[in-house]
Amino acid sequence: MRYIPHTEQDVREMLDVIGVGSVAELFRSIPESFRLNRPLNLPNALSEAELFAELRRLSEKNRVCGFTSFVGAGIYDHYAPAMVDHILRRSEFYTAYTPYQPEVSQGTLQALFEYQTLISQLMEMDVTNASMYDGATGCTEAVLMARRMQRKRSRVLMARNVHPEFRRVTRTYMTNFLNELDDVGFDATGRLDRADLAKKLNDETACVVVGHPNYFGVLEDLDELAKIVHEAGALLVVTFSEPVAYGILPGPGRAGADIVTGEGQSFLGAMNFGGPSLGIFCTREANVRQMPGRVCGVTTDADGRRGFVLTLSTREQHIRREKATSNICTNQGLCALSATVFLALMGRNGLRRLAELNLAKAEYLKNELKKVKGVELAFSGPTFNEFVVKTSHKPAADIRCDLYGKNLLAGVDLREDYPELGSHLLLCVTESHSRRQIDELVAAFAS
Amino acid sequence: MSVLEDLLYSKDHEWAKLDGNIVTVGITDHAQKQLGDIVFVELPEPDDEVTKGEPFGSVESTKAVSDCFAPATGRVTEVNELLADNPETINSDPYGAGWLMKFEISDRSELDDLLSAEEYEKLLQE
Repeated sequence: MRYIPHTEQDVREMLDVIGVGSVAELFRSIPESFRLNRPLNLPNALSEAELFAELRRLSEKNRVCGFTSFVGAGIYDHYAPAMVDHILRRSEFYTAYTPYQPEVSQGTLQALFEYQTLISQLMEMDVTNASMYDGATGCTEAVLMARRMQRKRSRVLMARNVHPEFRRVTRTYMTNFLNELDDVGFDATGRLDRADLAKKLNDETACVVVGHPNYFGVLEDLDELAKIVHEAGALLVVTFSEPVAYGILPGPGRAGADIVTGEGQSFLGAMNFGGPSLGIFCTREANVRQMPGRVCGVTTDADGRRGFVLTLSTREQHIRREKATSNICTNQGLCALSATVFLALMGRNGLRRLAELNLAKAEYLKNELKKVKGVELAFSGPTFNEFVVKTSHKPAADIRCDLYGKNLLAGVDLREDYPELGSHLLLCVTESHSRRQIDELVAAFAS
Repeated sequence: MSVLEDLLYSKDHEWAKLDGNIVTVGITDHAQKQLGDIVFVELPEPDDEVTKGEPFGSVESTKAVSDCFAPATGRVTEVNELLADNPETINSDPYGAGWLMKFEISDRSELDDLLSAEEYEKLLQE
């Protein structure tokens, strides 16, 4: 249902029905002393032409990006077909509000149901919610959910190679019980350090959180991890920030992940200076009542016709109040729709092809860089479209600075988040990079 | 609205039946009617402690969730496993097959302030 404002006549009609003289009367319970009784101190409204001129003036402050960027680290440069925007900008979708009234929101609800279905298939999980804000809050909610599910266990083990922003947000939510959170290190492969995990995993561990691909672009051995974690009676939470990887990887559900959550920005086809994002969240059917967020379901109406509704509402705060699974009462509706259109257009084969392109180009850069003196691969584990290099001939920070002067964004300097990785760059290659651009980067490294 | 004679009742529309040292707890016919179709039941585990007046679980319908309160203090001995897959049993047989849990009571006098069938009927009429 599109947003259509009320006319004065609509308002008068409604006031008549409820027997109230004016809209102001509806606020009569607010004491006089708290009422503003004057217009707000805002500038006058602009005409359409004046508004346009003002927006143009603001936009001219932007520096047009003439860079070739090899930065991933949670936001990826992928291309979405024009059809996505074409469908997205239909006013019924663009201005639609939360679909509380199923009778006027079947379009929105059906789209969300299809989103949930596509993601469940991709991740090989039973259920997916209608989305969270982003991967970081998704990771947080997964941790909170795991702690709720594990009634007698509350300790959380979080891999250090999970996206630093996911970890920071989780720490914020765990502010009052930070002593129950432990980091688990990574080893020379770039994967979770098994020895460190074995040391910290015990009968108080509620869950273990890993990344796949992790922040270093490395793929974990999920089958083995699931076995170890489950044997200890803990839950396995798998996070990601590059879901295009699942075009060729099996979904974490196949290995036995209990909760899968991450960032779906890759499916939006635009980086948008870092947002908006799309929090993907999936779990097993047995856990569905502990899952946060909106859930869309399919049912039949009184006449036996198929219809879509928001369902399992008793998990949510408007019914369960302080015992709700979360205080989120929304989703990233428009972004979820965008992702759905993208996935439907690409199809399983298209997504696979996209993933293969990403992998092939990243491997090409990796192999070419290995030939450059002073540059080596930091980790030996398998990667998707991101990997970490270590520079020894010159500090990575300086190289990055030099390349910036040549309009090349040579990845992310890992020092700030990983002080022990003092001369390391996280590089990303997607289908958007041409061979010429990749060769240009290699040449710049070599000089 | 049925109210069984040989049971004790709480103001929160739960029933309790004492058998030796074991108390069986459920929700009344009135409660199940108010809730509507029950879709999920949250129960404690055997050996869990329950405290008089504190919630021990909940009963969930499509429109509401209702906490269930322990009529006395004790240790859970058994929970009704049938309700995991057949929660609607509470609607069809709230006093029989729809029982929620059994616990071993530590202090029987805690049951003294529960209502008799007659007192509960009066409460329903108010």
